[in-house]
Amino acid sequence: MLRKIEAIKKECQLRLSQVSSMEELNEFKIKTLGRKGEVTLLLRGLKDLSGEEKARAGRVANELKQNLEQMLKEKIEAFKLNELEQRLLQEKIDVTLPGLPRQGGRQHPLTQITQEIQEIFIGMGFTIAEGPEIESDYYNFEALNVPRDHPARDMQDSFYISEELLLRTHTSPVQVRTMEKMAPQIPIKIIVPGKVYRKDDDATHSPMFHQVEGLVIDRRITFAHLKGTLVRFAHQIFGEDVTVRYRPSFFPFTEPSAEMDISCVMCKGEGCRVCSHTGWLEILGAGMVNPRVLQYGGYDPEEVTGFAFGMGIERIAMLKYGINDLRLFFDNDKRFLAQF
Amino acid sequence: MGVSLNWLKKYVDIDWSPEELAHRLTMAGVAVEGWQEQGSDTVLELDLTPNRGDCLGLINLAREVSALNAQELRIPEIKIKPAVEKVEEYIKVEIVAPDLCPRYAARLVKNVSIKASPEWMQEALINSGIRPINNIVDITNYVMLETNQPLHAFDYNLLGDKKRILVRRAGDGEKFTTLDGVERVLDSEMLVITDGSKAVALAGIMGGENSEIQDDTCDVLLESANFLAPSIRKTSKRLGLRSDSSLRFEKGADIEGLIYALNRTAALMQDLAGGEVVQGICDIYPQPRNPLSLTLRPERVDYLLGTSISPDEIKQYLQRLKFGIKEEDGQISVDIPFYRPDIQMEVDLIEEVARLYGYGNIPASLPEGESSSGGLNSYQKFRQQLNEILAQSLSEVVNYSFINPADFDLLLLPADSPLRNVVKIANPLSEEQSVMRTLLLPGLLETIQRNLSRQNQNLAFFEMGQVFIPANELLPMEELKLGAIVSGKSELNWLKHRVELEFFFLKGIMEDLLQQLGVIDYEFKETQNPSYHPGRTASLWVKDQEIAVIGELHPLVLENYDIKERASAFELDIEKLFSLLGSSKKVESISRYPAVERDIAILLDQEIKASQVISVIKGMNNPLLYNLKLFDLYSGAQVPKGKKSMAFKAIFQSAERTLTDAEVSHSMDNLLEQLKKQLGAVLR
Ligand SMILES: [Zn+2]
Repeated sequence: MLRKIEAIKKECQLRLSQVSSMEELNEFKIKTLGRKGEVTLLLRGLKDLSGEEKARAGRVANELKQNLEQMLKEKIEAFKLNELEQRLLQEKIDVTLPGLPRQGGRQHPLTQITQEIQEIFIGMGFTIAEGPEIESDYYNFEALNVPRDHPARDMQDSFYISEELLLRTHTSPVQVRTMEKMAPQIPIKIIVPGKVYRKDDDATHSPMFHQVEGLVIDRRITFAHLKGTLVRFAHQIFGEDVTVRYRPSFFPFTEPSAEMDISCVMCKGEGCRVCSHTGWLEILGAGMVNPRVLQYGGYDPEEVTGFAFGMGIERIAMLKYGINDLRLFFDNDKRFLAQF
Repeated sequence: MGVSLNWLKKYVDIDWSPEELAHRLTMAGVAVEGWQEQGSDTVLELDLTPNRGDCLGLINLAREVSALNAQELRIPEIKIKPAVEKVEEYIKVEIVAPDLCPRYAARLVKNVSIKASPEWMQEALINSGIRPINNIVDITNYVMLETNQPLHAFDYNLLGDKKRILVRRAGDGEKFTTLDGVERVLDSEMLVITDGSKAVALAGIMGGENSEIQDDTCDVLLESANFLAPSIRKTSKRLGLRSDSSLRFEKGADIEGLIYALNRTAALMQDLAGGEVVQGICDIYPQPRNPLSLTLRPERVDYLLGTSISPDEIKQYLQRLKFGIKEEDGQISVDIPFYRPDIQMEVDLIEEVARLYGYGNIPASLPEGESSSGGLNSYQKFRQQLNEILAQSLSEVVNYSFINPADFDLLLLPADSPLRNVVKIANPLSEEQSVMRTLLLPGLLETIQRNLSRQNQNLAFFEMGQVFIPANELLPMEELKLGAIVSGKSELNWLKHRVELEFFFLKGIMEDLLQQLGVIDYEFKETQNPSYHPGRTASLWVKDQEIAVIGELHPLVLENYDIKERASAFELDIEKLFSLLGSSKKVESISRYPAVERDIAILLDQEIKASQVISVIKGMNNPLLYNLKLFDLYSGAQVPKGKKSMAFKAIFQSAERTLTDAEVSHSMDNLLEQLKKQLGAVLR
């Protein structure tokens, strides 16, 4: 009996090693372990044996059965793995084909720069204030210490709606509007982004452009604070390696007034066409809030002081992106917009 | 303005190189744009701020240099050997418009010989950008550049018999031919110098042809006067005539310094043209100006600048600028010279101190105190979010806020459309940019047109910007709008996909936007809008408010804008949408039990809308129906004429249990029955 079992075992192992497909494997399984399979019949035949022989043959036969089952399982797994490998091979794609174009868009470069500027000042504790684009002469000029017939009005040729109304020529009117709303509370710490309008149209001027205004009012605000704040801004937007300088300038609504220059970002201060070979780029105007403006806003200039600043967003964007024609921002060419 | 460095050195010693000088002046607020060699001279190009018009005069500029390099300022001395005759015997001056001419001084120089001026003077003028003419005219120009006081020389013998100067307003329509040979038509707001009968000069701007210095001029009447800046500015602008003289008066000339300039001119005519200066000055100055004196508190300098500059240092800076100072009780009293009309307040003096101290020497620090927390308010955050969501699929554009009034016709708006009620610009650059936009569509259409004309395909843009509506208040209303426009389709890619940029593409963007904003309660309703396709336009309603229009643009509108493709657009009221937003978004819990999907295809009459089917089904309020999606729409050969087939996927799910087949089938039966009953639907 034992010999018979041994013979079946040998034969099964031989046949199993020759199996080459899942179908043959199933066939083999039926022929060996199926209801009428050789091993099944063998096990069933053991009940006719007796005593010690029955016990020994039973152990060996059961071992054979388990052994076969284990081998079958391994074989099945090997087949499955093989099949998967085959399939994956067939599914190979050309990964160098282009990806599917997404119908995607972009924020306008001016929006992106404005948000970047906003975030820098928000980081320094500023909030955002806004005001109308059509302004009264009062807020646009008078309350900013630019009376009628003041030569400073020449600097800004304006679009008028009526005697009293015009398209704001700067975002500065929001300074006084905010002060009126807040006085006598302190501190005020705002920036004001927005559209402004001047009667100019050429490669370096657009009749509509964007500014960011800033205003800080509190007790004991000094010119040193103006410098500290704007230096931080310059470093964050143009990089830590730019140097900054301040020159005296003139704005009716600030005194003392300053112009802030940064070392040219194109030539690193060596001198190039962009900086007119000076090594410096003018990027913003600033100053201590003129006492008359504080009074217009409802504050006592003996009690509080403040600084204000303003810059052109297009100018910052042109320097950051190396754009040389201002009009591109309003031309809205898809190929231009897609680059940001 | 060009400044001859050789000439400037007559008034102050300068050891600095041109580069160093330019830098020092610039950093002290007298901006030098550049310089160039001109023969043995160097010409500095000044770019003055409007408050420092005084630096157009070389003596004033030299005073700035002297304040910076601490060298002595040399003001030319005047030596006149007057003739015995008195000026009163020759001329009488009368000002009948003292509001426009606060001072007028005249002097007479007899027996001049007209010739070319000496070489040094010609060179000085040429290097300053002024063409030499003859000695008399050159001297007036020379002294003007030197002192910043414009001067005028009349041929005394051409002044008529009355021998007087009368300063008056011109008559409306009065004609006058200026030195440049142009006949000007004047009005009653302009000031003229007359000889008592005829105008002989346009005050402060240009002399007249009729009294011009000639080769045979013998006696010269010199004018050194002061005219009101705004009046000169207005006249100069109105006539389109600017001169070196008007430029200086516009910025405000030195009313006290004009006598020095007058005498300096007379002395040079005596020395260089052999003239005899008649004794005395005819000086009409009805209301002499009071000198201004300001108090400067030294501690206020540090208070405003954040510096520590000692009172002595402060006084030093003021003295270097040649300001007269007195010290009283720790305060400094400063006499402001008449040539510095820009200094009116204590802070102006602080700026003077600061610019001589050097802006670069002021420390830099951040404001102290508890740091206020910055940030955006909820409306600003919302707008930023809106912009970011749209930029996921559309490119943002920025168009001008002004449009062409003809745009309203191109948009087929009826004559009574409220959108035609515009804010007009009184002085536009052109008719095409003469009214403020009441909608974003014109700019968006032009964006499409411009891109198509450059062969840019597959266009999808949005814009966020104000529109302007006239109001009864002082200020017009400004509303923030969101506009979008799409046209064309994406190019066929290698996977044979392409996106059609049309109505449903845009609608999908809108729906996605609403979903991201957590707006559930919205509805698109068919609508009519003159600029849009009559069969392809909807309005978006949120909580019973209409907040947007969306549609394919009317083919005639597209034709009007020269657009040969179809295009779709929407325009949405951002403020309204924001006001309708609920509180924060609620997250729905997800059921643990399986969902059951059933598809249903029905036949309907062509004119029944998807929204009707959905409202019938929603109207049943079946709590088990979790979601309903349209996935197929068909009309054609496979269905009877006048009918269409719609297929929906209905998703059933309960939060409490697994649904049985029977329950779901029952729901589906009910659903179909209602569709049959209410819309005449037939199961397909
Ligand atoms: Zn450069």
